[in-house]
Amino acid sequence: MNVMTFLIDFSEILIATCRDVLPIIVLITGFQLLVLRQPIPHLRRLIVGGVFVIIGLALFLAGLEKALFPLGKLMAEQLSDPAFIYGSDAGVAHADWKAYGWIYLFGAMIGFATTIAEPALIAVAYKANEVSAGTISQWGLRITVAIGVAVGISLGTFRIVSGTPLYIYILAGYVIVVIQTIFAPKNIISLAYDSGGVTTSTVTVPLVAALGLGLSASVPGRNPALDGFGLIAFASLFPIITVLGYAQWVQWSVNRAKKSLKEDNHAI
Amino acid sequence: MTRNKMTRMLSPVFLVALKKLKNAFSDLLPIILVIAFFQLVVLRQPLPQLGEIIFGTILVIIGLSLFVQGLEMGLFPIGETMAHALARKGSVFWLLFFSFALGFSTTVAEPALIAVSQEAADIAMQGNLINSDEVSQKNYALGLRLSVAFSVGIAILIGVLRILRGWPLHYLIIGGYVIVMLLTTIAPIEIIGIAYDAGGVTTSTITVPLVAALGVGLASVIKGRSPLVDGFGLIAFASLMPIIFVMGYGLIVFG
Repeated sequence: MNVMTFLIDFSEILIATCRDVLPIIVLITGFQLLVLRQPIPHLRRLIVGGVFVIIGLALFLAGLEKALFPLGKLMAEQLSDPAFIYGSDAGVAHADWKAYGWIYLFGAMIGFATTIAEPALIAVAYKANEVSAGTISQWGLRITVAIGVAVGISLGTFRIVSGTPLYIYILAGYVIVVIQTIFAPKNIISLAYDSGGVTTSTVTVPLVAALGLGLSASVPGRNPALDGFGLIAFASLFPIITVLGYAQWVQWSVNRAKKSLKEDNHAI
Repeated sequence: MTRNKMTRMLSPVFLVALKKLKNAFSDLLPIILVIAFFQLVVLRQPLPQLGEIIFGTILVIIGLSLFVQGLEMGLFPIGETMAHALARKGSVFWLLFFSFALGFSTTVAEPALIAVSQEAADIAMQGNLINSDEVSQKNYALGLRLSVAFSVGIAILIGVLRILRGWPLHYLIIGGYVIVMLLTTIAPIEIIGIAYDAGGVTTSTITVPLVAALGVGLASVIKGRSPLVDGFGLIAFASLMPIIFVMGYGLIVFG
């Protein structure tokens, strides 16, 4: 392995991460100096933490680009290759949606796995756990969101293969979210809506975008420009449904336990 | 016996670091398993460049543990400190200004957004929606980027205003959904997929913790607000608003 090229790659990523953080630093210092005019408490600790975040994120991205992204993208291409799906090199005029089983499974599993590793979701789960005084478990939330992403990506790949219009799925998803919102426990709703947005950042987007573009380029009759997009939309919609659903299920089972307890008391 | 001795010898800092590394490893384990399964069982190919993959995985694990440590030490406290200081200052104008600036400035330079808007310009050109010269393509991509950044700024602003006023989140979000669906019926088909995806790509890994800490911090200092019910929801706005603005941009430019 060439150490020099790696160091150059890493410093490029580090500079890019610093550039991401720059507007935040400018904004916060500007506000502190010009508007708030107060010293920041625990400044040294904050700076050390900030440096950890930048270096950590840069190492994380460099590692992903070195190891997992090339392999994941390659696999997305290989799995959507007609030669793999139909077992021959002969061109197929029409896509048979039943032949793409491995794609749906790959979409679901890669969606689940990348969401578990998503740093933004780790942050939100940490905060939710802290704010709810431990009632919302970090792993519980992350797994529920990851299942939502898995279902979303899997359905999204099915949409690309079958060529059905995107907005129908989104509309149906919205209707489900609205109905769930009426019945779900009120204190979970904000967190559920938020979990839609946090799922898709550094880890999920590159792999999922590669899957979408590779798939729409290889399925006969699809145009990558029009059909390649939309997977990220699926990945941001379905976690809302699973988080609301999980909260409803918990509420329902708690109510049932209470009810049976009451009946037991009556019997005694 | 030796194990006990060893545990005692390890300093607490080292133990904490070890625990963070272990957590990061379990965060990453699903990806490793999925890739290994598909590579070895389904595609039946050996893993190429195993050395690089292992090296990269170690980097990812160290990076993720550093990031989580930095979250607890830096990003969360900064977001909360800003929320507290701004709430104590008591000026709604500066609070809303800060919110807008935070949303706008973190989005406008987002690499994912730059990539997506360039791709969108290519698609618009292929569909003959804009003139196929470099200038109009650049203008289109820049306009798209600015409208997304503006929409995220507005989203954080509305979200913070909601926390101040105590408006229920679901009415605003469902109202947003209705607008999205209505715009979908009239927006040009070339922009719909990009618009839906734009909602997902705008919230970066550094913005999310900061915005979450800001919301929770505000909700915990303002009387009558619950951090759980009112503190979350900013990210939901930040993922919904760009969809509306990008479709609106498409309508204005192509319309």
